[in-house]
Amino acid sequence: MSTAFEHPTYNYKVVRQFAIMTVVWGIVGMGLGVFIAAQLVWPELNFGLPWTSFGRLRPLHTNAVIFAFGGSALMATSYYIVQRTCQTRLISDKLAAFTFWGWQLVIVLAAITLPLGLTTSKEYAELEWPIDILITVVWVAYAIVFLGTIYKRKTSHIYVANWFYAAFILTVAVLHVVNSAEVPVSAMKSYSAYAGAIDAMAQWWYGHNAVGFFLTAGFLGMMYYFVPKQAERPVYSYRLSIVHFWALITTYMWAGPHHLHYTALPDWAQSLGMIMSIILLAPSWGGMINGMMTLSGAWHKLRTDPTLRFLVVALSFYGMSTFEGPMMAVKTVNALSHYTDWTIGHVHSGALGWVAMITIGSLYHLIPRLFGGTEMYSVKLIAVHFWLSTIGTVLYITSMWVNGILQGLMWRAVNADGTLMYTFVEALEASHPGYIVRWIGGCFFAFGMLLMAYNVYMTTKSIAREQEPVLQTA
Amino acid sequence: MNNLWGNSLSSFWSIWIIVITLGTIVFCWWILFANRRTDKEPTAEGEVETTGHSADGIDEYDNPLPRWWFMLFVGTIIFSVGYLLLYPGLGNFQGVLGWSQENQWEEEVAYAQEQYAPIFAKYSEVPVPELAQDGEAMRVAERIYLNNCAVCHGSNAQGGYGFPNLTDDAWLYGGEPENIITTLNNGRNGLMPAWQQLGEANLQNVTNYVLSLSGEEHDADSASQGAAIFASACAACHGPEGKGNQGIGGPDLTDDVWLYRQPGQDTYAAVLETLRNGRNGHMPAQAAYIGEDKVHLVAAYVYSLSN
Repeated sequence: MSTAFEHPTYNYKVVRQFAIMTVVWGIVGMGLGVFIAAQLVWPELNFGLPWTSFGRLRPLHTNAVIFAFGGSALMATSYYIVQRTCQTRLISDKLAAFTFWGWQLVIVLAAITLPLGLTTSKEYAELEWPIDILITVVWVAYAIVFLGTIYKRKTSHIYVANWFYAAFILTVAVLHVVNSAEVPVSAMKSYSAYAGAIDAMAQWWYGHNAVGFFLTAGFLGMMYYFVPKQAERPVYSYRLSIVHFWALITTYMWAGPHHLHYTALPDWAQSLGMIMSIILLAPSWGGMINGMMTLSGAWHKLRTDPTLRFLVVALSFYGMSTFEGPMMAVKTVNALSHYTDWTIGHVHSGALGWVAMITIGSLYHLIPRLFGGTEMYSVKLIAVHFWLSTIGTVLYITSMWVNGILQGLMWRAVNADGTLMYTFVEALEASHPGYIVRWIGGCFFAFGMLLMAYNVYMTTKSIAREQEPVLQTA
Repeated sequence: MNNLWGNSLSSFWSIWIIVITLGTIVFCWWILFANRRTDKEPTAEGEVETTGHSADGIDEYDNPLPRWWFMLFVGTIIFSVGYLLLYPGLGNFQGVLGWSQENQWEEEVAYAQEQYAPIFAKYSEVPVPELAQDGEAMRVAERIYLNNCAVCHGSNAQGGYGFPNLTDDAWLYGGEPENIITTLNNGRNGLMPAWQQLGEANLQNVTNYVLSLSGEEHDADSASQGAAIFASACAACHGPEGKGNQGIGGPDLTDDVWLYRQPGQDTYAAVLETLRNGRNGHMPAQAAYIGEDKVHLVAAYVYSLSN
């Protein structure tokens, strides 16, 4: 990175660091995903050791893909976009560097503590209290750098991408602090400040908004910059962006209780979670429409530009999973889908199809520019990566649909005498083929990330080589 | 109309929930309708203008909201308001249908009772040994067994580490029909105290003595020293000859059944571990889960496994 291109105005260094780490953590996180998917097919891969057991590696996988891969991607793109659309350098290079190293430290600590079994046991908030404090400090620094840069902007308007990033940063701060409220009992052990159904509600208020703000609002910010940039077309509708932004951030806050249908949570809370999830359909689709329609007049570019293809297919998966979500939030559908693999499939249609593919498309636009070029080393490899990702995602979600519906139906089937028709183990055996297909899908997706790493490496190398003669004559 | 309003929340929280829920819905409605029209209508050719502000070269069209999307949004809001009138959601308001998840559950249970209880009531009148010969009844019983018992005792009922084998002739609490029914209905708690206080040498001596009872390989000298301790500390539950006591669930130590020997584990090590640390076996009471009629049927199934 020593030969990296320095922009005269903007801080590209921190963007470059986060962008490269996005690729690295993508490989690590997805590689772990492939491994734990293999454990579900071949349980011997748990090796009989606590540190390599599914129960400890699964939270490491989710933390690595959401916070390491997704978080690095959001920080890279938000720092890039906020500078370019506000025409202002980040307000503090030192604070920005602190967010980079601080965030990487959080990830490394996660990779150490989770396999050791140090966990709060709250899903997606497993990290213990000292790491929670570090996250808070880094996050406040991130908010200061991002919002401070908007405050110092040289443009009159705040571009829509920045609305979404700002909402994501502010909300995640609130979510993290409230849900991670805990009482430490030792250096690496704490207990939640909440109890019983209230703890469950706090957890899923956090859990669903981690999806809504971390994995949706943040990545919509990414979409609002890279789709019009790559398509070289104006955004379809400013009105639509206003309506869907405000409606999305207002209603997402309420959706958490749909994770707790038919539990000890009071009926009224369950109902509110369900109806707000249904109202959320249109605001979610607003983002998809605005991205898709931005391509009108530029559809032909999809034939030659695999980067744009990544962005557009990501929007399609986004539209699909944001339809599936409200549907699964309906109590009668949830009674079938809850606790089955359908939920895992739904998460991955969002995580692979939307979050990862919009990130990959954005990085293919971003990386050459960060290093002073305009194009990736190989467009062909991007095309191959596109097909690997798409096929991988489709294999993953279709196998989990089949498994989920199969499990839901088998669990509820009763004989004429009222006894259950199938045992749990029979439903598990019936799921085995689906687990194999899911693992293959995961392999496709993770292999694509390796191609990407090679392509990124060659891009930086070839740009450096182009710059070399200039340096020699100087 | 009294039952339209529950009282699980205080009136403050009830009103708070109603206000912020309706406020959120009204806000969505307002933001949608306030942005229904754009400042400048599209031209006859369908050309629209951009907003005039540009960010890093990105312009934004001032297109109106797509009509179908607008209608979809309105539709979901209307559905939600309707749902909140019918079902609980607005604070203490219970909804006009009077639905609750407890009601729904109770109705489903009552339906199942009505449909299926007579089948099991009929089986409960047949004596266990006779019922165990009824192939049709045993197929029903097996399904209940697989869904309620197999998680500990195994699909093949051969048990596992800490979980008794139901297919052999060794019974902790007796294998007669009435014993099995009592075990199933009320559950069992098998407590083996820890004997650490005897000291390591004595523990080893007693272990050798216990192994000698079933003719396992052991150190005879050590066993003879353990005999006296066995008589004073162990015989109360396991009997003077180590044959056990089914009345209190004291295991027979003279057979080759070892409940707490892990697969591949040396018997000596397993017995020593049991003596040193004690054991606590728990069979949960099933009557509360499946009812006494089904317990009767499952008892016949368990009986059939070894008879």
